[in-house]
Amino acid sequence: MPSLEIRDLFVALAATPDKPIVKGLNLTIRTGEVHAIMGPNGTGKSTLSKAIAGHPDYVITSGDVILEGKSILAMEPDERARAGLFLAFQYPSEIPGVSIANFLRAAVQARLAEGEELDATAYYKHLYSKMDMLKIDRKFTSRSVNEGFSGGEKKRCEILQMAMLEPTFALMDETDSGLDIDALRIVAEGVEAMRGDKLGVLLITHYQRLLDYIVPDYVHVMYDGRIVKSGDKSLALELEAKGYDWVKQELAAV
Amino acid sequence: MQPPTDTLAAPELDSPAAEATAVENPTVGIDQSAGDFTYDVKYEFDAGNGLSEDVIRYISSVKKEADWILDFRLKAYQTFLAKPMPTHWATKDLENIDFDKIRYYLSQGTKPKRTWDEVPDDIKKTFERLGIPEQERKFLAGVEAQFDSEAAYSNVKDIVAKQGVIFCNSTEALREHPELFKKWFGKVIPTGDNKFSALNSAVFSGGSFIYVPKGVKVAMPLQAYFRINAENFGQFERTLIIADEGAEVTYMEGCTAPKFSTSTLHSAVVELVALKGAKIQYITVQNWANNVFNLVTKRAIAMEDAEVKWIDCNIGSRLTMKYPGVILKGKRARGEVISIALANDGQHQDTGAKMIHAADDTTSVIVAKSISVGQGRSTYRGVVHIPKHLKGCKNNTECDALLINTNSRTDTYPAIVVRGDTHAVQHEASVSKVSEDMIFYMQQRGLTEAQAMSLAVNGFVNDLVRQFPMEYSVGLKRLIDLEMEGSVG
Ligand SMILES: Nc1ncnc2c1ncn2[C@@H]1O[C@H](COP(=O)(O)OP(=O)(O)O)[C@@H](O)[C@H]1O
Ligand SMILES: [Mg+2]
Repeated sequence: MPSLEIRDLFVALAATPDKPIVKGLNLTIRTGEVHAIMGPNGTGKSTLSKAIAGHPDYVITSGDVILEGKSILAMEPDERARAGLFLAFQYPSEIPGVSIANFLRAAVQARLAEGEELDATAYYKHLYSKMDMLKIDRKFTSRSVNEGFSGGEKKRCEILQMAMLEPTFALMDETDSGLDIDALRIVAEGVEAMRGDKLGVLLITHYQRLLDYIVPDYVHVMYDGRIVKSGDKSLALELEAKGYDWVKQELAAV
Repeated sequence: MQPPTDTLAAPELDSPAAEATAVENPTVGIDQSAGDFTYDVKYEFDAGNGLSEDVIRYISSVKKEADWILDFRLKAYQTFLAKPMPTHWATKDLENIDFDKIRYYLSQGTKPKRTWDEVPDDIKKTFERLGIPEQERKFLAGVEAQFDSEAAYSNVKDIVAKQGVIFCNSTEALREHPELFKKWFGKVIPTGDNKFSALNSAVFSGGSFIYVPKGVKVAMPLQAYFRINAENFGQFERTLIIADEGAEVTYMEGCTAPKFSTSTLHSAVVELVALKGAKIQYITVQNWANNVFNLVTKRAIAMEDAEVKWIDCNIGSRLTMKYPGVILKGKRARGEVISIALANDGQHQDTGAKMIHAADDTTSVIVAKSISVGQGRSTYRGVVHIPKHLKGCKNNTECDALLINTNSRTDTYPAIVVRGDTHAVQHEASVSKVSEDMIFYMQQRGLTEAQAMSLAVNGFVNDLVRQFPMEYSVGLKRLIDLEMEGSVG
């Protein structure tokens, strides 16, 4: 079964490599599993996901990330993506003048073998079926990627891309933030529909409420750059009831 | 009808409206050009290196020109000598043009062939490689293919010729249709407009002369392709397009040259005349290698209810200086300049537009987008002139600059002189950057860095490219892809 293994990972900003943000994190995700990482703001959740995807702002000072048995650390961000890794961004970038349809088309084309041309009819059929699944209006994909989008539209656009690109592993960074309850439900239903033995998910979230819709197999609490507690979905409820201070106190007691 | 007397000065840099924004930024890349190849060609006529009255007489005699044209050339030569380089406002790089080294005339003869089969093989294979005969079959009403100084091929489809459309080169036009062309030749752009229009007037060769009769609407574009093949060569084509009352025509020019170690000069003069109610659309997609000095004067005159639209895409060259203009001479005339410039390492795109309002209720629109990559430099210079005695004129100017990597620089000098209070003038400018986050976002979706940059650039110019005929927008996109591929690691 394919897996994404994060091994004793240390991540720092490229500008300050001696100040780790992620400090020795271990986690293995297999396809078919949904893991949730919860943790207070500033604890390094986004740093973790961007470093795994290869963002140039960050350096991995030690540890490894193994995708399907191979280290991905020497790979360019686009090679990692084509190898099956997808990051749903907490703050997606705007690409003025490039429509969602054209952007996704380029991304799908990038996954074809050299010299192979994308079949436009098949592409649009595929795109429309995913849009229907996510209850996205046809007009949406003629808009420029994320330009002038509301928070909710940006997140939906991320989910649509994920549905189209069919990754093996998806890192979803606070995909729930900024969504009203209806949008949250649609996004969650979309992820649920994609859930299955071909996909492993790492859900980064601040709040329990997303986990009412996407019930995780595992819940991890991240604090100060590390996973300090792991459990099943009941841990999320406990965390919701007792707050992060509870984790802090437990840690202090050790 | 009186020929116009308006002349345009060089852009006024020291006018109070001028403002400069310079953004310093890093480095990448090399130029990559689809036109970077050359074949050995034997020239029958060669004026040698350097410029003199003898060279001008030689060119004129090869062309068997009328005396008035030789006189026009010789006078222009004196004007050229007398005019200083415009380095008081333009780049000092102009001083690196060595006029004594340039070859001013090279050809295999002055008569273009009417079929590709008659074109000599050594020249034909160049145009085949550039895809010209294929494009002609697919979507063009006529083609002229200029190789160094003269057109090697020139043909216009029968249905267009039958409508009375004339499409030929400057030599043929002035010899065979002086009654049509002489009236406007050198009138929209006088010889002394600037040093390079004077140089062109002295040594011009090739280019397209087009006459579209009253009411004739040419459905498909007419196209010219300008190819520089020889090293140290100077290409000086001369174009004059006259659309008679109510006529409509789209003209497209493309150009390439191989990349030599020495510099090459391309200095054209293009005059457009849109008579009452006529419409001219002039599209340029330039992809010169980055040793070419591209110093071109382009101007149109639009009479009552006429419309002129310049679509100008400048990719490549070492230095391009080009400010297409429209003199809005008749009431309700409309002028538009859509300009896209891409400056990569070692390139300077100094481009812009001039709109001279000379009648009531005239409208002008300028949209200029520049992309600076690495150490590439883009400059926008604009002149919009609306005098006090006019009423109801409109101008809309938009200049947007996109910077990629941190050594890029962009300058904007919009000089908008508006007098009188019944006019509506709008000016917008923006400078944006392709951020690391944007590129990372696209890479995370599987695009390579070059593909990501290319997509960002295409997105930036997308609203303008959509106004192009489809055939050219595809070509332009490919050029941008190639250019961006060359600009990353
Ligand atoms: N690009 C960056 N520039 C400066 N500081 C950063 C950057 N990325 C992360 N940090 C810092 O690292 C810490 C963790 O941030 P982040 O990973 O965004 O946390 P989380 O996603 O858990 O809220 C914070 O202190 C944040 O300020
Ligand atoms: Mg975060």
